[in-house]
Amino acid sequence: MSVLVYTENWDGKFKKLSFELVSYAHEIAKMLGTSTIALSIGNVEEDELKKLGDYGAEKILKVEDNRVKNLVNSAYTSVIAQTAEKEDATVIVLSNNNSGKALAPRISVRLKAGLASGVAALPSSTDPFVVKKKAFTGKAFANVKINSNMKVLTLFQNSFGIIESGGSSEIEAFTPELSDNDFRTEVKEISKVTGKVLLTDAEIVISGGRGLKSAENWGPIEELAELLGGATACSRPVSDEGWRPHSEHTGQTGKIIAPNLYIAAGISGAIQHLAGVSSSKFIVAINTDKDAPIFEAADYGVIGDAQKVLPALIEAVKEFKAEA
Amino acid sequence: MKILICISNVPDTTTKIRFVDDNTKFDTNGVQWIINPWDELALTRALQLKESSGGAVEKVSVITVGSKSVEPTIRKALAIGADDAIRVNAESEDAYEVANLIADAVKDEGYDIIIAGIESSDYNGSAVGGMVAEFLGLPSVSAVSSLDIENGEVVVKREIDGGSEVMTSQLPFVAIVQKGIALEPRIPSMRGIMMARKKPLNVIEPAEVAPMTEYVSYELPPAKAACKMIDPENVKELVVLLHTEAKVI
Ligand SMILES: Cc1cc2nc3c(=O)[nH]c(=O)nc-3n(C[C@H](O)[C@H](O)[C@H](O)COP(=O)(O)OP(=O)(O)OC[C@H]3O[C@@H](n4cnc5c(N)ncnc54)[C@H](O)[C@@H]3O)c2cc1C
Ligand SMILES: Nc1ncnc2c1ncn2[C@@H]1O[C@H](COP(=O)(O)O)[C@@H](O)[C@H]1O
Repeated sequence: MSVLVYTENWDGKFKKLSFELVSYAHEIAKMLGTSTIALSIGNVEEDELKKLGDYGAEKILKVEDNRVKNLVNSAYTSVIAQTAEKEDATVIVLSNNNSGKALAPRISVRLKAGLASGVAALPSSTDPFVVKKKAFTGKAFANVKINSNMKVLTLFQNSFGIIESGGSSEIEAFTPELSDNDFRTEVKEISKVTGKVLLTDAEIVISGGRGLKSAENWGPIEELAELLGGATACSRPVSDEGWRPHSEHTGQTGKIIAPNLYIAAGISGAIQHLAGVSSSKFIVAINTDKDAPIFEAADYGVIGDAQKVLPALIEAVKEFKAEA
Repeated sequence: MKILICISNVPDTTTKIRFVDDNTKFDTNGVQWIINPWDELALTRALQLKESSGGAVEKVSVITVGSKSVEPTIRKALAIGADDAIRVNAESEDAYEVANLIADAVKDEGYDIIIAGIESSDYNGSAVGGMVAEFLGLPSVSAVSSLDIENGEVVVKREIDGGSEVMTSQLPFVAIVQKGIALEPRIPSMRGIMMARKKPLNVIEPAEVAPMTEYVSYELPPAKAACKMIDPENVKELVVLLHTEAKVI
C-alpha cells in the first residue's frame, strides 16, 4: 500500500504548492500507516527532487521522457496510473490547479477510483473514507464519502499548509509504457509571461475594480504589488473593459485564488467576485462606500478614495520597511 | 462535424447557500436554476462555429443528466440555438456516474467535438469532461480558452500557469472550457424560444451505474469576525496590523 502524490514542476523547479501537496499526502499516509511516494514527470535535477523528501516523500519516482515534456492528458494519465499500480497506491493526490483538474478525472476513471476535488482538510476518517471539500464556489464545504477502494484527491491550494518532516528519500527512475494513442494532441506554440509573480502563486495580491475608473489609474496598484512582492489582479468589469489583461480577472468566472493577503481597491464585493477570493487568509478593502458588501468579507477596511489611500499605503509600507 | 455540449443545471450565481435536514441536503427552496455559465459560453461558441464554418459543422447538440425538473434549462439551451437535446433521466451528484451515463448515451452517436465546462458552480467537481473523455477513450484538452476549426482541424488555446499554449487535436476529442471561450453568452430570441418547443428532446433511461462518491453533509464557512476599520488618515496603523496581527507582511 502507499499514497502517491503527483508533483508538477515548473522549468525544473517545484513550488510551495508542490511541498504542500507532499505534506498533505504524507499526513494521509501516516493515517493509513503506509508510505508516501512522489512522482515527478520531466527533467528535474537531483537536488531539487530531494527537496520532496523534506516534506515526507520516502520514495521519489522520476520519469524523464521527452515525449511527456508538455502536459498531454492521456499520456500523463497513463504514467500516473502505471506508477499507482506499480506502487500499489490506494490514495493518489494531485493539486486542484489546471493540470490536476485535467488529469484527476481521467485517472479516476482509468483506475475505477472515486474522486474528491478541491479537498481542504485531511480525511475525517479513513474507513469509511470521508473528506471535506470546497463546494458552491467557496460558499460552502461538503463532506464526501468515497466508496471505492482506490481514491483520487485534488488539494485546494493553500488550504493545508506545509509540514517539514525531514526524512530521507530515495530516487528511482521509472520508464512508462506509452502508445501512439496517448499522443493525439500536440502543442504547437507556447507563450509564457516571465519575470512577474504569478497570480495563482502569489502570497500577496493587490486588486483593483471599477472604482479605480480607468486604466491610467493602475500605477499605485502595480507599485504596491511590486513593493510587497505580490501580484496584481482585477474584477471582471475591469478586464472586460480592457483596462487590465484577462489573466488578472479573479472570481467565479476568472481565477480562484487563496493568497495570504488580498487587497481590494474600488471593488464592491459582488458574490461572484468573492467566490474567487474568499479563501484568502486576510482581506483588506478600500472603498468610498461604507455599505459596500466587500466590507462584510474583509478583515480590515479603509473607507476612502483609493487614489488617495493607495499612495498613502505605499508610503507607510516604505516607512515600515525602512524601519524594519 | 457534430458538436455536443454537456450541460449542467446549477443554482443561479447569486443564490444564498443553505442546507436542511441537519445539514445533509442543499436547500433548493426558492432557488433559480440556470445553465452552468461555462456551458452557456461553450454552447455560444459552438453555434458561432456552426454559423461561420460554411457547413463544416452540421449539428450542435446538448446533453444533460437530470430529472424532469431540469427540462427548463435544457429547453433554454434549445432556445439559444442547439439543434437537439438528450436528457438522461437520472439524478446524480457523482461525477463518475454522470460521466458514465453521458458516455453510454453518446458512444455510438459519432460526435466529433464534445465540450464540457471546467467546473460546475455547485459541486465544483471539475470532473465530468475529463471523465467522459476517459470513458470514451478520447483525447482531451483542459482549460481551453479558445476553440477554432481551421481547414477541418481543431485548434485550441489552453491556459497554463503563467501563459498559454496553442494546440491541435485529432478528432474526435473532448474540450474542457473556461474563460475566453466566448465573450458573452447568447440570449435566446423570441423566435428561438418558439422554435425550441418543436426541437427534439430525447429522454433516455439510464443504465445501472453505482456512484463512487456520496455527499454525507455540508458546512458553511465559519462566520468572519467584524471588519476592523482604519482611519484613512492613518494607514500606517493598517501596515502595523498586517505585520503584527495578521502576520502577512
Ligand atoms: C454569471 C456571472 C459571473 C460573474 N463572474 C464574475 C467574476 O468572476 N469576477 C468578478 O469580479 N465579477 C463577476 N461578475 C460580475 C459581478 O456581479 C460584479 O458586477 C463585479 O464584480 C463588479 O465589479 P467591481 O466591484 O469592480 O465594480 P462595481 O460593482 O461597479 O464596484 C465599484 C466599487 O468601487 C467603489 N468606488 C468608486 N469610486 C471609488 C474610489 N475613488 N475609491 C475607492 N472605491 C471607489 C464603489 O463604491 C463600488 O463599491 C459576474 C457576474 C455574473 C452574472
Ligand atoms: N448532470 C450533468 N449533465 C451533463 N453535463 C454535466 C453534468 N454535470 C456536469 N456536467 C458537465 O461537466 C462540467 C463540469 O462539471 P463538474 O465536473 O460537475 O464540475 C459542466 O460544466 C458540464 O459541462
